[in-house]
Amino acid sequence: MKEFIEGSHAIAEVIKSCRPGVISAYPITPQTHIVEDLAQMVADGDLKSQFVNVESEHSAASVVLGGSATGVRVYTATSSQGLFYMQEVVFNIAGMRLPVIMTCANRAISAPINIWNDQQDSISLRDSGWFQLYAENNQEAVDFHLIAYRLAEDKRVMLPVMVCMDGFILTHGMETVDIPEQEKVSKFLPDYKPLYKLDPAEPISMGLLADPDYYMETRFAIQETMRKSVGYLSEISREFNDVFGRDYKDLLVEEYKLEDAEKVIVAMGSVCGTIKEVVDEQRAKGKKVGLLKIISYRPFPYARIYEALKDVPKVAVLDKAVSLGAYAPVAVEIKSAFYGKKKGPKVISSFVGGLGGRDITMETIYEVFRRLSAKEVNFDFVDLKPELLKEEYGE
Amino acid sequence: MENRPLFKSGHTACAGCGQAIAARLVIEAAGANTIVANNTGCLEVFSTKYPETAWGVPWIHSLFENSAAVASGIEAALKYLGKKDAVNVIAQGGDGSSGDIGLQALSGMLERGHDILYVCYDNEAYMNTGVQRSGLTPFDTNTTTSPFGGQSSGNLRPKKPVPEICSAHGIPYVATASAGFPQDLTRKVKKAISIKGPKYIQVHVPCPLGWRHETNQMLPVAKMAVETGLYPLFEYENGVLAARKQIVPKPVEEYLKLQGRFKHLLNNPEEIKKVQSIADNNIKKYNLKLETQG
Amino acid sequence: MFGPLIVNPLNSKGDKTGSWRTLSRPHYLHKDCIACRMCLLICPEGCVYGKEKNSFWADYNFCKGCGVCADICPKKDIAMVPEESKDDGK
Repeated sequence: MKEFIEGSHAIAEVIKSCRPGVISAYPITPQTHIVEDLAQMVADGDLKSQFVNVESEHSAASVVLGGSATGVRVYTATSSQGLFYMQEVVFNIAGMRLPVIMTCANRAISAPINIWNDQQDSISLRDSGWFQLYAENNQEAVDFHLIAYRLAEDKRVMLPVMVCMDGFILTHGMETVDIPEQEKVSKFLPDYKPLYKLDPAEPISMGLLADPDYYMETRFAIQETMRKSVGYLSEISREFNDVFGRDYKDLLVEEYKLEDAEKVIVAMGSVCGTIKEVVDEQRAKGKKVGLLKIISYRPFPYARIYEALKDVPKVAVLDKAVSLGAYAPVAVEIKSAFYGKKKGPKVISSFVGGLGGRDITMETIYEVFRRLSAKEVNFDFVDLKPELLKEEYGE
Repeated sequence: MENRPLFKSGHTACAGCGQAIAARLVIEAAGANTIVANNTGCLEVFSTKYPETAWGVPWIHSLFENSAAVASGIEAALKYLGKKDAVNVIAQGGDGSSGDIGLQALSGMLERGHDILYVCYDNEAYMNTGVQRSGLTPFDTNTTTSPFGGQSSGNLRPKKPVPEICSAHGIPYVATASAGFPQDLTRKVKKAISIKGPKYIQVHVPCPLGWRHETNQMLPVAKMAVETGLYPLFEYENGVLAARKQIVPKPVEEYLKLQGRFKHLLNNPEEIKKVQSIADNNIKKYNLKLETQG
Repeated sequence: MFGPLIVNPLNSKGDKTGSWRTLSRPHYLHKDCIACRMCLLICPEGCVYGKEKNSFWADYNFCKGCGVCADICPKKDIAMVPEESKDDGK
């Protein structure tokens, strides 16, 4: 049913329809509206979940870990420092192969403290063994949560999924969203049947010490599962389309006007909407430009990206995060997709923008296309204010 | 106990480990319908080294400091499944993971009112990493990070009163126990399990390696801690001191001289006096002194 | 693909920690036993078995020789004997 609705409310609605048994969260802006809504649903009796108000994100993640290990579908949401505070639990959940679903309402990292959007938080946890799906708009954010549960609970997978949606831009943005009907959700996402669980009837030990004779295989197993999941995502996407009539293709990337494109921007999340506007305007003027939107950042779809960009002469990667002291995180992976390959862009330039919530406007995107020339650039930021860099301390 | 061991042989605890004794007593008292969440620490490492497990009950280890929160999730899931009344949930860890790094998670679990028994195995230092000082290390203890030296008599701070901190949450049951009094420990675990809501039991567990005593001295050491008043055994019910084990107090030297960790105090009457005053305060505070029959 | 993840206790044999013993092991004398079960209760390994008076024994496959059972026995009916001796523990 279509509703003009705030992103966070839409997420709460879809989580309700997914029927998690345990929800736990700790307040942090801009995640709060989602869990406030869920708390209200539980208070009203509309959602039969145990809502556990914890004293920290570390415990929020630990509570859903415990709930999931007991064989129950679970949900949590966080942002920024909250994600960092639960970081060791985040890695732990993946290592224990528990299908936890988390919304990351993407927000910048302190210091300086900043509550606005960029993607530094989730990007920094890229190595944790969680799937990361980035939503461009609230319809995608809603749909990706449904897909996330299906993927995580797939018996071939059993790994956690983080759905990343840009803080404020999506979480607090009002959009028309088709909220999936309960009947369809129940069809697409049946009740959770765990592969293993804590149950006195069949006692098992979980989370054992694995010495050098055993540890490495646990990591290889996750790596292999991630690699194979590239294909599982396509399967689930097809089923999703059958039930809900929205086609996310392979759920890895979205190609936007890439045919014959000479200049392409690669990006993730809500900024892709802005880029599409610019691409449309440029295409109307006969300029051969396009967008490659990355949906699945983990697993990273190297082969799919190679196919999409192998004939594009110039590519600009626009990162909303930075790896201080190195190439920007998405840029580095795009470059690596072409290393040693026969075909590929002559230029892959890297731009960092939108940090700490600085608006990425259409003008910013035009600027990126302008700076995407024959000369490859790295370590470049867009929309910097040079006057602020004049501040100096000491001698 | 003979039928289906809930904590079985073949674990790799040091010989004479007080924590192994207590952990087995706790789970056997709680019974097979129990789920255990365990912090990182000696107990976790020596009981569940893949592919072996000593545990006959469902058991989970996640991290160093989060067993109280993991157990909260387990309890919430059991409630959701309508199974809580049939299953006990125990969260457990050592003194460091319970009273230091895990204190926040423990406090949260207590404050939220989960129906969970938390058991802290108190061997009074970070033994798993090599006998470093914790907040529950007693005054003047020689540990690897609070060493005795020319300018120091060991750990400079008194033991953190975690049972009182827990009791201050207004929870229904808090008790201290000791590996040296196995039946008392069993009774307290059974009592705790019978009470709905959050419970906390702190068990004094000698560590032959860290305390530096012979393995067969586990009992005398554990008992002497109680009999000097240095480790009072008591029960709080709903924030009120409800019971305590009364003693004919022995001088603290009787306890200190049994262990290498206090050896440096034996020729130092000044420091022994300070330790004695800690025992004396306990004896007064908990009214431990057994009135001799006339 | 999962790799080492969970363990079912029924499949867990445990390490034969009896090999750790160096000095001595408990010899259950079976003379004055009153079946108080204190040895069974206090054993850190959980490797003491028995029900009736004078029936208790320690499984040397797992006993680490700590001596706590001998220490707790109120009847002094458990003796720590040198590891080289030939007593079988029953």
